[in-house]
Amino acid sequence: MSGPAANVTVVTSTLVHAKGLTKHFGSFEAVRGIDVEVSKGEAFGFLGPNGAGKSSTMRMVACVSPRTGGELRVLGMDPDVDGPKIRARLGVVPQQDNLDTELTVRQNLQVYGRYFGLSRSAVRERAVELMEFAQLTDRADAEVEPLSGGMKRRLTIARSLVNDPDLLLLDEPTTGLDPQARHLLWDRLFRLKQSGVTLIITTHYMDEAEQLCDRLVVMDGGRIAAEGSPSELIRRYSTREVLELRFPPGEQSAAEVRDLAERVEVLPDRVLLYTADGEAALSAAHARGVRPVSSLVRRGTLEDVFLRLTGRTLVD
Amino acid sequence: MNVHVLGPFRAALVAVEGHWTWYRRNWRATVISNFLQPVLFLLAMGVGFGSQVQAGEATGGHPYVVFLAPALLVITAVQNAVFESTWAVFSAFKWQRSYQGVVSTPITPAQVLYGQLLWIALRLAAGTAVFLGIAVALGAITNPSAVLAVPFAVLAGMAFTAPVVAFTATREKPDSFNVIFRFLVMPMTLFTGGFFPMSQLPDWLHPLAWVTPVWHGIELARGVTFGTLRLLPAAGHVAYLSALVVLGIVLGRRYFHRRLAV
Amino acid sequence: MTRESSTQASRNDGPDTDGLDTANPPAAPKSSNGLLFRIIPPGLYAGRSHVLVERSYLVSKRAWMSVISGFFEPLFFLLSLGFGFGQLVTTVEGPGGPMPYAAFVAPALLAASAMNGAVFEATFNLFFKFKYAKVYDAVLATPMGPVDIALGEAAWCLIRGGLYSGGFIVVMLGFGLISSPWALLALPVCLLVALAFAAAGMAAATFMRSWHDFDLVQLAVMPLFLFSTTFYPLSVYPGWLQTVVQCTPLYHAIELMRALTTGYVGWGALGHVVYFVVMAAIGVVVAARRLGKLLLT
Repeated sequence: MSGPAANVTVVTSTLVHAKGLTKHFGSFEAVRGIDVEVSKGEAFGFLGPNGAGKSSTMRMVACVSPRTGGELRVLGMDPDVDGPKIRARLGVVPQQDNLDTELTVRQNLQVYGRYFGLSRSAVRERAVELMEFAQLTDRADAEVEPLSGGMKRRLTIARSLVNDPDLLLLDEPTTGLDPQARHLLWDRLFRLKQSGVTLIITTHYMDEAEQLCDRLVVMDGGRIAAEGSPSELIRRYSTREVLELRFPPGEQSAAEVRDLAERVEVLPDRVLLYTADGEAALSAAHARGVRPVSSLVRRGTLEDVFLRLTGRTLVD
Repeated sequence: MNVHVLGPFRAALVAVEGHWTWYRRNWRATVISNFLQPVLFLLAMGVGFGSQVQAGEATGGHPYVVFLAPALLVITAVQNAVFESTWAVFSAFKWQRSYQGVVSTPITPAQVLYGQLLWIALRLAAGTAVFLGIAVALGAITNPSAVLAVPFAVLAGMAFTAPVVAFTATREKPDSFNVIFRFLVMPMTLFTGGFFPMSQLPDWLHPLAWVTPVWHGIELARGVTFGTLRLLPAAGHVAYLSALVVLGIVLGRRYFHRRLAV
Repeated sequence: MTRESSTQASRNDGPDTDGLDTANPPAAPKSSNGLLFRIIPPGLYAGRSHVLVERSYLVSKRAWMSVISGFFEPLFFLLSLGFGFGQLVTTVEGPGGPMPYAAFVAPALLAASAMNGAVFEATFNLFFKFKYAKVYDAVLATPMGPVDIALGEAAWCLIRGGLYSGGFIVVMLGFGLISSPWALLALPVCLLVALAFAAAGMAAATFMRSWHDFDLVQLAVMPLFLFSTTFYPLSVYPGWLQTVVQCTPLYHAIELMRALTTGYVGWGALGHVVYFVVMAAIGVVVAARRLGKLLLT
C-alpha cells in the first residue's frame, strides 16, 4: 500500500474491539450490549446455545450487518464507514455453506478470489494451494453439490482463505458433521492457528471450544455471561471432577446426595454432583444406599460452566 | 390400527390423493399457466391475428378463430403437461424427495408412477375442459360434438407426458428441460397444423410432424369438432397415441424402480 | 461521505496480499467508475461488477446447450409466423403502408425476444441465486457490494441478450426482411430494451417470496407478448384499448424496431428511447436498493 491512505489501515494488535455492541431486528434484541476484545494471533470463541446472538455478532464483525448501537472497530476501522476495506482482509465461513453450486470446486476458489481483486494468474495458483490444504485436489474439477458435508465445509474454509485474511471468522464450523469429518476439520483449523491466523469461532459444542479456543466468552440471551480461557472458566465455574448419576425416569432425587458435593444439579435424566473427588462422592452415595442405574466420574467441562451460568444445557 | 397393503389401483388413487392435498393449498399458482394462458392465446391469435385472415380453403372455410380453437385445446393439454412431467417430477425425486417418502410405505415405485400419471391426466382434463367452456362462451366453438375433443386432447397430452416422465426419472440434473421445451414442445405446437395447415410447410417436414402426438391430437380434435372424422383414421390416431402412453409407462416403471428401489 | 474519503476507499479496498500476490496488486477500480463512486456510498460499490460477469460466463460454458437453445425460440416463431401464418394473410398495415406479414412480424419478434430473455434471466436467475443458492451472501462477504451485483448481473443479461438479438438480426437479413440501413441501430436498441426489462425484472425479483410468484411474472410478460401489436396492427383494437396498449413497454419496443427495419423513422422514435432509459434507470436504482436492504441486515 502506498500514498496518504496507507495510515488508515495500520494493523493494531487489537483486531476486534466492541463496546456495548447491540443488534435489534425490529423489536427483537439479538445482541444486548456486549464488550469484546480480540487480539492478533489468538483463537477466540463465542460459546452459547442456538439463538444466543452469536451469529448476529459474527455478521456485524464481518461487516455485512450494520450494528444497532455501541462501538465496533474491526482491524482498527469502523464497519459502517470502511466495510469493503475491512472485508478485503477478512475470511468468512458462514454457518451454512453458501458455495456456488453452479461452479466446480476449483472455479469456486478462483471466482471468489476474483471478488477480492486478485489477478487471474494469482487465483489460479492460489486455488491449487488451497485445494491441497483442504484435501480436495482430486476433486478439483468436480461439481460442488455431490460433495460430502465435510468436503463442502473444507472447501468453504479454503475459500475463506483465498485472500490470505488477517482475521478468520468461523460460524459453527463443524455443526452437522460426523465425528470423523469434525476431527479432520479441527486439524485444519489447528494448522491455521499455528501459522498465526487470528480465529473467531462460534460454536455450541463445548468440546470444539475447548479444542480450538485460547479464550472465549459464554453467550446467552444476547449477553456475555462469562469470559476467560477454557481452563480458567472451568476452574471458576465448575469443579475438577463431576459425578453423574443416572436414575430411572421420575425416580431421581437430589435430597439424599445434596451434601456430598459443593453443588448439585438435577437434569431431566440425571443428577450432577460437582466435587473435587468424584470417586469419593460415589462411594459415599453407595454407602447411603443410593442405587443409580449408572454412574460416571468425569472432569469438569465448559458444558458444566454453561449449566452453572444459565441453568440450562448447551445442546437441547 | 388396521394397516394393510393396498391393491395397485387403490394405491395409485392414494398417490393421487396426496397430490390433491397439495394442490388444494397451492392451486392458485397454476391458474395463470393452466387456465389463463390458453385463453390469452385464443384471444391474441384467434381473434386478433384472425382478424387479418380471410376465411378460405386454408381454414376449411371457417373463420380463423373457429379453425384454431380445437387445435388450441390439444396444444393446451401438451403445454400444461410440460411442467408437470419435467420440473414437478424432477423435484419430487431430487429436491422434495417426496417419492422417496412414499415408497417407504407399502406403495411401490410403479404405483408412484401410476399415481403421478393419473394426476397429470386429471390436471390436463381440468385444463382442457375449462378452455373448452371459455372457447364456447367466446363463440369460437359452436359444435356440441367438440366435447369429445377433450378426451382426445388429454390422450395426446398423455402420449407426450408418459415418455417424458420416464425420461425425467433418468435425470440427475434439470438442464435438459429447457432443451425439451425449445426443441420439442415449441416446434411441436407451431409446425403441426394447429395454427396453419400443414400444406403450407415443405413436404419433407410432414413426416416429422406425423411422429408427434400433437399432430395426431389435432387431427382428432378438429375432426370430431367439424364432424369430418372417419373411423379408420381415428382408430389409427388413437392407436398411435395409446402406444406412446404404453411405451412411456413401460419405460417409466423400469426407471422409477431403478431410482426408488435402492 | 466526502469525495476524498470515498476515493481513498477505492484505492485501498484490495486485500492485504503479502507474499501471495505481490506481483499482481489488486486491481484498483477503473477511473471510468469515478462518477458512480461519487454518488454511491462506498460500502455499496467496489467497482468490480465485471467479476460477476466472469462468473456467469463460467457457468454458461458448462450449460452451453441451454444457452444456445435460447436462440431458436424466436427463430421457430419467425419460421412459423412469417412463413406459415404469413400465407394466411396477404399484407398487413405497417409503418409505411401495407407490407408482407413476415416483414411485419419479424421486428416485433426481435423486440419480444429481447424482453423475454431479459425478464426471465433477470427474475429467475436472480431469485435462484439470491434465495436458494445464497451466491450473493458469499459475494457480499468480500469487498463487493450490492451495486456490483446489480450491475454485474444486468451486464450479463445484456451480453447474452445482445448475442441472441444479433443472431436474429442476421437471420432477418438472410430472409430479406430488412429494408433499411437504419436497421444498424436495431442491435443497440435491443440492448437498451433488454436493459430496461432486465432492470425491471431484477427489481421485481427482489420482492418475490417464493417460486409461486413467478406466475405473476408470467402474468405480466405473456399478455405483453401476445397483445403489444406483435402479431397484428394496433388498428385491430377499439380506440380505448389502443390507448392502453400504447402505454405498455413492449409496444414501444416493437414500434421502434419496426421503424428501424423498415426505415420509416421519425422524431417519435426518440420518445420510445426515452421511455426505456427512464424504465432502466428506475429499475437499477430499485434493484440495488432492495438487494442492499435484503442482504445487509
